[in-house]
Amino acid sequence: MATVRIPTPLRKLTNGKEEIVTAGATVGELIASLEAQFPGIKERICDDAGKVRRFVNIFANDEDIRFLQNLDTPVKDSDEISIVPAIAGGLF
Amino acid sequence: MTDIDIDIDEDSDKEAVDRARGRVAETITDLIGHTPMVRLRSFDRAFPGIEIWAKCEFLNPGGSVKDRAAYQMIADAIESGALDRHRVVIDSSSGNTGIAYSLIGGAMGFKVTLVLPGNVSWARRKISEAFGTKLVFSSPMEGSDGAINLCRELVDADPDKYFYPNQYANESNPRGHYLTTAPEIWDQTAGRVTHFVAGIGTSGTVMGTGRRLKELRREIEVWAVEPDQALHGLEGLKHMASSIVPGIYHPGQLDGVLPIGTEEAWDVSEKLSQEEGILVGHSSGAAVAGALRLAKRLVAEGKPGVIVTVFPDRADRYFEAPTAKRLPGP
Repeated sequence: MATVRIPTPLRKLTNGKEEIVTAGATVGELIASLEAQFPGIKERICDDAGKVRRFVNIFANDEDIRFLQNLDTPVKDSDEISIVPAIAGGLF
Repeated sequence: MTDIDIDIDEDSDKEAVDRARGRVAETITDLIGHTPMVRLRSFDRAFPGIEIWAKCEFLNPGGSVKDRAAYQMIADAIESGALDRHRVVIDSSSGNTGIAYSLIGGAMGFKVTLVLPGNVSWARRKISEAFGTKLVFSSPMEGSDGAINLCRELVDADPDKYFYPNQYANESNPRGHYLTTAPEIWDQTAGRVTHFVAGIGTSGTVMGTGRRLKELRREIEVWAVEPDQALHGLEGLKHMASSIVPGIYHPGQLDGVLPIGTEEAWDVSEKLSQEEGILVGHSSGAAVAGALRLAKRLVAEGKPGVIVTVFPDRADRYFEAPTAKRLPGP
């Protein structure tokens, strides 16, 4: 079970919880598992095509998953996944 | 629309004064404001009879609209005695206000400490630091409200050390726009402006400018733009329903609030750079997206309009190297 850190703007959907411990072999599976528990959260993070929205960054431990294997990035039990609004970026 | 009687000679004298004021200054802070306004022509065909104009606030010396509010807050605090040379100016900022304080601090000779969310852009951190400003980072998970809370804690722990302008609750913030942005728009449109639309962060721009424009002509409509969702990518803007509501925000004085999606705003920003040659930040894209909503409504009603908005800053302030990013601290 990995730990997912939830940013303030999404905590309304997680009943105020800052961290969710949940199961999944990849980052994508973790998000699917979050969606099963907290309906509506996935569409905030991913677009209609299922890709991570351009203004959202996801870090596996402290690495940006865009530079790993995106949603296919494998997750170990001890890993910490952080969902962070990319208010800083977008124009590369 | 009101007929405006313009005396040509007086007008050209005034232009000469404005030009001189914009080019020769005793100190850098004298160059704040008096920004040019540019017409956005790429929307003409889609919205016949509608003019869309934008104030180029990125041409302020600090590179953003925030120079105006920061200057007014500092000037009013010096005037009232709340700020003297022994105090450090401290505030929370997602970047632009912090850069403005840093620049004004350098020009006027006081120290600045800023509390920023850990996920603000690298460029903004470096710019503030280059002015000698001390940076304190709040959690990247908590956005600008996390920075507000941490800033309050620091001030409460040592109240005599700091002057805390608190841009979210300081009436000098909208006053800066009331005194400068609004009369500039009035003059630059020769009183023809019918609509003013701007994004809300602290809400200082829209509240102060809007208040003065409505005094100049009551029929002028004033609209705010906000992100349509709590989790968004429009740096500098606030989704009010999920945020600490600024003390200076009085929605009853507005004609309405336009919720804009991040992707829509980003697309408009791209169009501005590629079809107008104007490379501005995403909050500018959101502001123009709001202006386009108003334009669409006016065209549907068969009415003409002169819509004015604000370009808060330039896009290069958000550029980052395309290398693997690390989870920002703390």
